[in-house]
Amino acid sequence: MSKSTFKTALLAAAALGAMAASAPAFAASHGVGACLITKTDTNPFFVKMKEGAEAKAAELGVSLKSYAGKVDGDHETQVAAIETCIADGAKGILLTASDTSSIVSAVKQARDAGLVVIALDTPLDPIDAADATFATDNFLAGELIGKWAAATLGAEAANARIAMLDLGVNQPTVGVLRDQGFLTGFGIDVKDPSKWGDEDDPRIVGNDVTAGNEEGGRKAMENLLAVDPMINVVYTINEPAAAGAYEALKAIGRAGDVLIVSVDGGCPGVANVKDGVIGATSQQYPLLMASLGIEAIAAWAKDGTKPAPTEGKDFFDTGVSLVTDKPADGVESISVAEGMDRCWG
Amino acid sequence: MSNTQEFEKAAAASPTTVAEFASHDTSLVKRLQHGLHQTPWAVPAIVLAGSILVFGLLLGQKFFSPFALTLILQQVQIVGILGVAQSLVILTAGIDLSVGAIMVLSSVVMGLVSFRYGLPTEIAVLAGIACGTLCGYINGFLVAVMKLPPFIVTLGMWQIVLATNFLYSANETIRAQDIADQAPLLQFFGNKIAVGGAIFTYGVIFLVLLVLVMAYALKQTAWGRHVYAVGDDPEAAELAGVQVKRTLISVYMLSGLVCAFAGWALIGRIGSVSPTSGQLGNIESITAVVIGGISLFGGRGSILGMLFGALIVGVFSLGLRLLGADAQWTYLLIGVLIIAAVTVDQWIRKVSV
Repeated sequence: MSKSTFKTALLAAAALGAMAASAPAFAASHGVGACLITKTDTNPFFVKMKEGAEAKAAELGVSLKSYAGKVDGDHETQVAAIETCIADGAKGILLTASDTSSIVSAVKQARDAGLVVIALDTPLDPIDAADATFATDNFLAGELIGKWAAATLGAEAANARIAMLDLGVNQPTVGVLRDQGFLTGFGIDVKDPSKWGDEDDPRIVGNDVTAGNEEGGRKAMENLLAVDPMINVVYTINEPAAAGAYEALKAIGRAGDVLIVSVDGGCPGVANVKDGVIGATSQQYPLLMASLGIEAIAAWAKDGTKPAPTEGKDFFDTGVSLVTDKPADGVESISVAEGMDRCWG
Repeated sequence: MSNTQEFEKAAAASPTTVAEFASHDTSLVKRLQHGLHQTPWAVPAIVLAGSILVFGLLLGQKFFSPFALTLILQQVQIVGILGVAQSLVILTAGIDLSVGAIMVLSSVVMGLVSFRYGLPTEIAVLAGIACGTLCGYINGFLVAVMKLPPFIVTLGMWQIVLATNFLYSANETIRAQDIADQAPLLQFFGNKIAVGGAIFTYGVIFLVLLVLVMAYALKQTAWGRHVYAVGDDPEAAELAGVQVKRTLISVYMLSGLVCAFAGWALIGRIGSVSPTSGQLGNIESITAVVIGGISLFGGRGSILGMLFGALIVGVFSLGLRLLGADAQWTYLLIGVLIIAAVTVDQWIRKVSV
C-alpha cells in the first residue's frame, strides 16, 4: 500500500466513523425511528407489508426505513440491515427473517442496544428470541382448508386421493405448519408434526415440492398425477402453486372435478377462488402485521411497554379467514366478495 | 501453358490424395474414442436410452406409457428451448447466465403490453420477441466489441434483466383465466395434439423443430461452421476470413431471440405470466448442455446432444418421483451426471491432441 492510498483509507475510515456517530443524533431529532427488514422486496406479500408499515408510520410520525434481502434466504443482507438500524439509533425493528435461527445473534445485539425487535410473519427459532411475534397461525390456516375439504367431500372423504404440494425439500416451518394443519383438519394422523412426508395414510398419494410458484406447482402436480391419475383433493402451499396445479389438471381434462385448496389470500388467488380454480383459501393479513408492528414500536419508544401475545399462544395472532363461495357446515368462512376487499398483492 | 517451367514438374509427382491423420492405434477403445469425437451426441443418446430402459423395467407400465413419456417432453420443453440458446453461446466458448432472466422479462413484456397498455396480442408478442433479441444484442455487443468476458457480461445482465423484470412488473401475476379470455394467443404454445395417450403441446413440437433447424444450420450453413470456428479458435477463424465480431453478435442475438420464444412457451406451459418463474433457467440449461456433451471450452458438441441432456434430467426427475424417492436424490444424481459428462468430454478431447 502506498503512502497516499493509506492516507485516503484513513480519511475514509474517519469519515465513516463520523457518519456512524452522527447518525443516531440525526434520527433522534426526527422522533422515533423504526426499521422494516423483509426477506425480499419483490414478493407482493412483503410489498403489501411495507405499504402497511409506511401508512401507519406516517400516521404516528414514526420515521421508517425499509431493508430487504436480495432473494429469499439472503441472510447476510439482513444481518447488515440490523447493524445499520442499531447504528442509526432506531427504536425498533420489524423483521421477517430468512434464516430464523442464524439471525438470533444479530437480534440479540439489537435488543442489547435497547431496540425492540418484532418478528413479522415468520417466528424466530426459538420464538422468544424476538420481543414479540405478529404472525398468521399457519397451522390454523391449514386446518381450516383441511376441515373445509373434508366437509365438502362428506362421506367420500374416506376414499379421497390427496396430493400434497409443499414448499421445499428443506421443509421451512411455514410450509410444515400449513401441511400438517391441513392433514389434521382433514382427519389424518400426521405422526411427527414437525415434518411432512412421514404420514402413512393410504389416502395420501404423495408429497412434492413447488418452490411456491406456478412452474413448480404444475410440475409437482404432473408428477403426482403420473403416480395416480385419479387424485381428487389437492393441497397447495400457496395460490401461485395452486394456479400451476390447475393448469396440469386442465391439461388432462380433470379441471372440473378436483378440489384444490390453498393458503395466502392474495388478490389473484381470491380471484381464482371466484373463478372456481381454487375451492377455498385461507387468507392472511400482512398489512395488519405491519401496522400493529409500527404501533408496538411507537408504544415501546413512548413508555417501554412490550406487546403481549395472544392468549394461549406464544405469538400475537393476526388472524386468518377461510375464503370460499361454497361454505361448508361447521367451518366458518367469509365470502369471496369480502375476501376481495381484504386481499393483498 | 505449354512451356512449363522446370521446377513445376515436381508438382506432378506429389500425392493427390487429401491429407489425413494416420491412426496408428486401432484398438477398440481408441476407435470408440474416435467415434465419440465424430458423433458428440452418441454418449447422451446411450445414457438416455439406458435410463429409459432402467426406469421402464423398474416401473413398468406406469413409466412406459405414452402419457408418462410425453409428459417428460412437456416438463423439459422450457429448459430445452433455453438449452438451444445456451448451446449456441457455449459453442463459441462463451456462457450465458442471463437466459432465464431474458425469458422471464420477455414473457412479462408480452403480458404487460397486452394487459397494461391494451395493445393487440400480436404486437405484444412482437414486443416480447424484440425485447429478448435486444437483451441478446447487448450481451453480444459487450462480448464482441467491448471484449468483456462472457461470464462477467451475462452475470451482470442476469441481475440487470431480473431487476428490470421485477421493477417493471411490480411482481404482479397475470392470471391464466384472464389471459385465456382476453389474449389467448399468449397461450399458443400450450395448445396440444393428443395421439392416443400421448400428448404433444405446441411448445414440445416447437422445441423439436427448433433443435432440428438449429442442428441443420450449425452443420450445413457457412454461418454454422463459422460459429464452430470462432468457438474453437477465434484468431485462426479471423485469419481464415471469418467475421468474428459479427458472428459473435449474431450468436448472442439469436440466443436472446430463442429465450424470448422460451418466454412465450413459458406462458403456454404455466398459463399465467409470472415474474417469479424461471429463476434457475441458467443453471438448468447449462446442466442440459453439459450432460448433452457440448464442450464448455467451445467449438465442439451438437445441439441434438443438448436435447438428450435435457431429456436425461427429465427422465431422472420423473422416474425417481414415480419410484417415490426424495427429490434430493434427483439433484444428487444430476450432480453425478454432470461430473461424469465432463470427464467423458475431457477423455474424448484427447483424441485430437
